[in-house]
Amino acid sequence: MNTVLYWAGIFALGCFALALGCATLRLLRGPTPQDRVLALDTMYINGLLILLVLGIRFGSSIYFDIALLIGLFGFVGSAALAKFLLKGEVIEP
Amino acid sequence: MTTLPLWASIPASILLVLSGILTLTGSAGLLRFKRFYSRMHAPTLGNTLGVGFVLLASILVSSAIEGHIVIHQLLITFLLVIVSPVTAILLMQAGLRRDARRPVPDE
Repeated sequence: MNTVLYWAGIFALGCFALALGCATLRLLRGPTPQDRVLALDTMYINGLLILLVLGIRFGSSIYFDIALLIGLFGFVGSAALAKFLLKGEVIEP
Repeated sequence: MTTLPLWASIPASILLVLSGILTLTGSAGLLRFKRFYSRMHAPTLGNTLGVGFVLLASILVSSAIEGHIVIHQLLITFLLVIVSPVTAILLMQAGLRRDARRPVPDE
């Protein structure tokens, strides 16, 4: 692995960790429920980015499958929570 | 591990650094903005450009290591491009509906 790419990966990992911290703060103190759902949405995107950078650094392709799964389940969770906030129930009769 | 050629590692590094800065900007906007409707648009920066840049860097690196073009990372980009507007629309509708029911105090 190249030195430039190594340090760029370290920098990107630090930025994503800080972004995850910002989203966690908003999740903890968001005044309305939709703020918390938005913060959760941002958190799963940041976790996916961290996994992708780790996949670049270790040169393994398993990380991409995990990132794809995180994207799918995060979307399902966010859509279900938003639908619950919208209608009061997830699946309408 | 094989050494990476220079034509792949320098654009990949630039893309990684840009993606880190963009995502950090988006999440800091999520933390700093005052109202929900202005907080809504900040993390979309990280959702679109941040993920796109990291996936481009990943495509560059794995293509340079394997010796042929690897594009299975594009699947994640397609998934997020389809999925994140759906979540944004649902959340926005929920916010509008709840604010119409109970007017939110200005922070």
